[in-house]
Amino acid sequence: MARFAVRRLANMIFVLFAISVITFLIFNVIPSGDPALRIAGRQSNEVTRAQVREDFGFNDPVYVQYLRMMEQTISGDLISYSNRVNVREELVRGIPATASLVIGAAMIWLFFGVLFGVLSALYAGRAPDRLLTVLAMVGISLPVFWVGALLLYYLTFKVTLFPAGGYVPLTEDPASWFSHLILPWFALSLVFIGFYSRLLRSNMLDVMNEDYVRTARAKGLSERRVLVRHVMRNALIPIATLFGLDFALAFGSGAILTESVFGLQGVGQYVADSVGNLDLPPIMGTTLYAAFFVVFFSAIVDIVYARLDPRVRLNP
Amino acid sequence: MPDPSTEYSFDPAAEVAEREVGEPPGLGPWRLAARRLRRNRVALGFLALFFLIVALCLAAPLYADHVAGIGPSDNNLTGKVERGGEQRDVVTPDGTPIGPGFGKEYLLGADANGRDVAVRLLYGGRNSLFVGFMSALITTLIATALGLIAGYFRGKTDLATRTLFDILWSFPVLLFAIALGTALAVGGLDLGPIHIAGNSIWIPTLVIGFVLIPYLGRPIRGQVLSLREKEFVQAAEASGMGPWRIIFGELLPNLSSTIIVFTTLIVANNIILEAGLSFLGAGIQPPAPSWGNLIANGVDRLVTAPHLAIVPGLAIVLTVLSLNVFGDGLRDALDPRAKLRLRA
Repeated sequence: MARFAVRRLANMIFVLFAISVITFLIFNVIPSGDPALRIAGRQSNEVTRAQVREDFGFNDPVYVQYLRMMEQTISGDLISYSNRVNVREELVRGIPATASLVIGAAMIWLFFGVLFGVLSALYAGRAPDRLLTVLAMVGISLPVFWVGALLLYYLTFKVTLFPAGGYVPLTEDPASWFSHLILPWFALSLVFIGFYSRLLRSNMLDVMNEDYVRTARAKGLSERRVLVRHVMRNALIPIATLFGLDFALAFGSGAILTESVFGLQGVGQYVADSVGNLDLPPIMGTTLYAAFFVVFFSAIVDIVYARLDPRVRLNP
Repeated sequence: MPDPSTEYSFDPAAEVAEREVGEPPGLGPWRLAARRLRRNRVALGFLALFFLIVALCLAAPLYADHVAGIGPSDNNLTGKVERGGEQRDVVTPDGTPIGPGFGKEYLLGADANGRDVAVRLLYGGRNSLFVGFMSALITTLIATALGLIAGYFRGKTDLATRTLFDILWSFPVLLFAIALGTALAVGGLDLGPIHIAGNSIWIPTLVIGFVLIPYLGRPIRGQVLSLREKEFVQAAEASGMGPWRIIFGELLPNLSSTIIVFTTLIVANNIILEAGLSFLGAGIQPPAPSWGNLIANGVDRLVTAPHLAIVPGLAIVLTVLSLNVFGDGLRDALDPRAKLRLRA
């Protein structure tokens, strides 16, 4: 276990390092426009731009620039090129909205994904299964921002049931926080509910054919006990793995589309804005932040996986 | 660490050949799969729907010339169109475009510039489908090659490939795609002698194709690792076959069902991904239409002209749904027990 943790930590650091280099190179080597022009403004003359290049160290060798940026990233002094705002502060400011969105949606998609998956498997081939299958197939075919747009049009404009986008902090007004988040939660969780219920259905059907389930029935366990203790326990393992990664991806920045449709001003929105401006420091900061979640949760998932399924060994 | 490929590991050779109850003996795996697929009316129905959509999009120029009489980029701010016997403005003086209605022109309404939404939808479909297909092809080719080589040669080759997959996997897909798409959209891309312009459709295609490589590469590698321990590989080695002949002649055919199913489902996935990128301005660059940027356009005018967002969204949903349902049927037919899944 300790050896696993050390190896895994080394791997995490290496992957994050590689990601930071790639991100840096994408925006430096690819001719994506002169950052000096962006800082000095379009009306600037060549003298100011040369001054900016000198001040910001754009004339230094690439590796010096990279090291300087990483030093700033780690110490939290990373400053945006375009509006001179501290990247860490902006990120921290976005976290409550993103966390509210993703944690709420994750609870919804996990609950309904498992519920529908179990119902589908129990009624396999019969009417409830068919209905749920149709719903799941439609669910996984919906672009999230389009669903968001439709919800906004029909439920906030045509019929004023919900507030039209935006985020209200939980500490300010819990009721308003909740009503502002209902539609984003729904939109974000739809696709996942579809995926999870399909996956759980097929896992459960596989497990139900296993010999040990027949044994459990044969020794006279109640159907409920067989289902909960023997079938569900095994069928849920892949779901647990997947949930860890999906949650990490969504938390990192995967909810960009949902946040931008509903104007939630979270981390994803910040990413979208800074990428749109080709503003390297926030892009670097948010990419590493997002990648950290993925790498960190993958490690957690591996440990949980080994706990849930004793057949799996943690060999680094 | 439990390799994610364990989730996908199964024995394709045995699975494909596995005969279900009541199936006639003496049929090869492909004949069996075709037989199962033929009986799945729902999957075939959705395949037909998909072909219909593709055919309509391919016929976009015909529709524009002979039915609508207006090109995909032709503005018409001052024109009139007949609706129910009366002449109405295509775009009213206050800027509201006309909605859908029966008639040859403006069947699905107009946008704020007076362009025909139906024409733009069909042309946009060509672009969206192109990106979906070509990026899936790129992913499949590179991922299969890498997975085969890593799994067969093992050792350092495997370590290098696995590290590459790890890095790509940890890169948040959407963020990476947006970063690449935006950076490239400004300056274009130089690949040796080939220069790809910033507004080229190849930029989102390459970006999407590239970021999804580990999603197929990892399961392929896992399967190759277990396949290469099988007797038929030993037999091939014993009979003096070189590594490349074993990889392409012996191992690749055993992966075909995984690859076919994955490619089908990933086309659907990529159409949605392209739409998301275009929605954020990092996909297909206007004025070239795509379903994604048509929606993005429509979201800005949701209140005055909801059809602008609804129509292209429905096109995406129908296309992706038909591919997903068909892909599901294909998987059931090819390897009934495989657990292949896409995340993005």
